[in-house]
Amino acid sequence: MTKNPKLHIPQPTARPGEKPDFSYLNLSAAGAVDCPPTDAKAANIEFLALEMVRVLDDDHVAQGPWDPHLDPETLIEALRLMVLTRTYDDRMQRMQRQGKITFYMQALGEEAVSIGQGLAFEPGDMLFPAYRNQGLYIMRDTGLVNMMCQCLSNSRDMCKGRQMPIFYQNKKNNLFTISGNLATQFPQAVGWAMGSAIKGEDHIAASWVGDGSTAEADFHYALTFAAVYNAPVVLNVTNNQWAISTFQGTAGGERRPFAARGLGLGIPGIRVDGNDLLAVYAVTRWAADRARNGGGPTLIELVTYRGGAHSTSDDPSRYRPKDEWKAFPLGDPVVRLKQHLINTGHWSEDKHSALEVEMKTTVIEAWKEAISYGTMTEPPFLDVKLMFEDVFAEMPEHLKKQQEKLLGMQGESS
Amino acid sequence: MSQMSMIQAIRSAHDVMLEKDPSVIAFGQDIGYFGGVFRCTDGLQKKYGEHRVIDAPIAEGGIIATAIGLGINGLRPVVEIQFADYIYPGFDQVVSELSRLRYRSSGEFFSPVTIRTPCGGGIRGGQTHSQSPEGIFTHLSGVKTVMVSNPYDAKGLLISAIESDDPVIFFEPKRIYNGPFNGDPDQPPVSWAQHPKGEVPDGYYTVPLDKAEIVEEGEDMTIVTYGTIVHVAQAAAKAAGVNAEIIDVRTLMPLDVDTIRESVNKTGRAMVAHEATRFCGYGAELVATIQKECFWHLEAPISRVTGWDTPYPHAFEWQYFPVQKRLIDGIRKLMEVE
Repeated sequence: MTKNPKLHIPQPTARPGEKPDFSYLNLSAAGAVDCPPTDAKAANIEFLALEMVRVLDDDHVAQGPWDPHLDPETLIEALRLMVLTRTYDDRMQRMQRQGKITFYMQALGEEAVSIGQGLAFEPGDMLFPAYRNQGLYIMRDTGLVNMMCQCLSNSRDMCKGRQMPIFYQNKKNNLFTISGNLATQFPQAVGWAMGSAIKGEDHIAASWVGDGSTAEADFHYALTFAAVYNAPVVLNVTNNQWAISTFQGTAGGERRPFAARGLGLGIPGIRVDGNDLLAVYAVTRWAADRARNGGGPTLIELVTYRGGAHSTSDDPSRYRPKDEWKAFPLGDPVVRLKQHLINTGHWSEDKHSALEVEMKTTVIEAWKEAISYGTMTEPPFLDVKLMFEDVFAEMPEHLKKQQEKLLGMQGESS
Repeated sequence: MSQMSMIQAIRSAHDVMLEKDPSVIAFGQDIGYFGGVFRCTDGLQKKYGEHRVIDAPIAEGGIIATAIGLGINGLRPVVEIQFADYIYPGFDQVVSELSRLRYRSSGEFFSPVTIRTPCGGGIRGGQTHSQSPEGIFTHLSGVKTVMVSNPYDAKGLLISAIESDDPVIFFEPKRIYNGPFNGDPDQPPVSWAQHPKGEVPDGYYTVPLDKAEIVEEGEDMTIVTYGTIVHVAQAAAKAAGVNAEIIDVRTLMPLDVDTIRESVNKTGRAMVAHEATRFCGYGAELVATIQKECFWHLEAPISRVTGWDTPYPHAFEWQYFPVQKRLIDGIRKLMEVE
C-alpha cells in the first residue's frame, strides 16, 4: 500500500512568544573532532562536514587537535577587531535610526566569522565578501572614515554615490566590491582562483554567502567549477540561522549541514563553531593551506546566529522569539574570546572595559571626521557629473549628451 | 589576405589574440579539444594548451561568473555561449555584475570579458536555436553589444572586443557563418568565396567598436540593419530596383548616430529591419533615434520589417523570418509614400 505524498513546509522550532529551541543543532564537544592533515583525501574526511569543529569549551579553555595555538598578541588583536566591528555597527545602526544614513546591516553575533577567517589569509589572497562581512573591510585597513563616507554617500564616498550603504570595496587590499545580488560573488571567486592557478601564482581566493543564499544557482555553479578545475579557493557559508524571516531549513538545512553540500562533488566540507574564534581561524587556515598547496577547494560552514535584524528595514520580533540569541548554545563570540584570554591570564575585565571605551572613542572620532566631508543632506555633496562616469572605460557620445543635458537643466555650464 | 568564412575569421581572431596577449583565454562548452560545435576554436587548444583554451561544464551562469572572476584577476576571457538561446542562465551575472562592476566600484574593478554567441534563425533551429536577443542586452548600461555580418568585420570587431576593457556581447548570426544569405530560402546556399568581405587579412587588424558601415550607397531611401538582414536588404533593394543606402550598424551599443543621421537626412526615407521580434526590439530605438535626429528631413513615416512577436517557430520559419519578399514589399511601400 502506498501513502499519499505530503508536502513538507519547513518550520522553525520557535516563533515569537515561544521558548527558543536549538535542539536541532548538532553539536560536538570541544576538542572531539579529529584534525586530519591538509592533504587528506576528501573521501576520508567527510566527518568534518557532519560534526562540528570546536576548540573553546564551555569554560573557555582551548581543547583538542584544532587548537591553533595563536599567540596572545594575535588573540588580543582579534578581540580588538571584533569589538571594533561591534562598536562600528552600533554607531552606524544608531545613525540610521537618526536618519543620517539610509540603511544599515549589523554583523552582531557573527564577528568571529570575518575576523577569525580574515586572520587566516595572506594579504595577497583575494576576498569576495558578502554584505555582513564588514569585519573583513575593517581588518584589512579600509579605514573607518572611508567606510562611513561610503555609508553617507558624501564627497569622499569610495563608490561615488552609486551604492547604498555597506557596499564597500578595497581593491588595494584585495577586497572585492560587495553585490546586492546574492551569491554572485561565489563563482566569481572561483574564477579568480582559477586565474591564479593559470598564472602559476600561489594567491588563493575566498568568498562568503549566507545559509539562505546557498539556494541560489550561483552557489552550485561555484562548487561545480571549483571541483572541476580544483580551484584554490575557500568557500564559506555563514549559517546564522536566519535569512530575513526564513530559518535555515527553508534553504534546505534540515536534512544535512550546508558544509556537506560539496561532498557529492568531492569537495571537503568543514562545519565549525562560528562563534569560536580559535576554531574559525584553525579551519580556515587548514583550508587555505590545502588550497595553496594544490589541494583545491574547501567548503566551510560557520554555525553562528544573527544577533540583530537582517537590516534596518527588518523587524525580527515579528517572526522569531525575542530572546532567541540568548538561548543560542554557541554564545557570543566576543564574550567567549574575552573569557578565554582572561582565563589564560592575558586579559581582564578592566582591560576589556578600557578597550570598549577606546573603540567607542575611535568610532565617534571617525564619525565626526566622516560627516565633515558631507552627508546626504549637508554639503559638501558629490558632483552629479559623476553619475555618468565609469559606465564604460571611456564615456560614449550618448552619455556625454545626457550629462550635458542634466547639467544644463541644473543651470551649470557644460 | 586569405579567403575565410566567418567561422575561419573568428578562429583567426582568437588565434591572433592568443598569440599576441598571454592574458587572453578562451572558455566555453565544447570549445577545447573538439574545437566548438561550430568549429570557431578548432585547433586552438592544441596550439595554445588546455590552460588557455578551456572546456567548460554545461552551466552558462557558471561560465560567465567564473569568466568575470578570471577577468578581475587580470585575464582577458573570450567566452563562447554555444547558442544565444542558452545565455539566460548567465543573465544575472551579465546584468547585475559584468555590466556594472566598473560603475559600482567607481572604476576600481572591471572585467574585460567578451561573450561570443551564435544567434539568429534560418537554420531550422526552432525556438531554442534561433533567437536574436540583442535588444535585451542593448538595454543594459555598461556592456557593448555587437552583431556581425561578414568575415572581415567579424575578425576585426572580435579583436577590438577582446582588447576592449569594457565587456562586449558579440553576436554571430549562424545562418551566415558559411556564406551570405540573400533572404530567399529557395536559392542554394552560397559561400563567402565570392563576397569581397570574405577577403580577410591573416594577421592583426581591428574594426572600431563604435562605427556603422555604409555597405551600399544610395539616394532613394536608407535601410538601417545589422547581422543577416544586411544581405537580405542588399538583395531586396536590388530586386525592387530601388537605389537604397544600406547601413550595417555593426555595433548596436554604443550606436553610431552620425552615420545614420547623415544618410537619412540625405535620402528622407528610412526603413529599419532585423530578425528579432518587433515590440521593444532594437529597431524601436533606431526608429526613435531617426525620428529625433531626422524629423524635418523625413518624407515618409519610418518603417520596420522584423520578426513577428511570437516565439521563433520551427515549421513556419520562412513565414516568420524577414525574408527578401517582405523586405521588397516594405521597400516598395516606403517608396510609394508621396
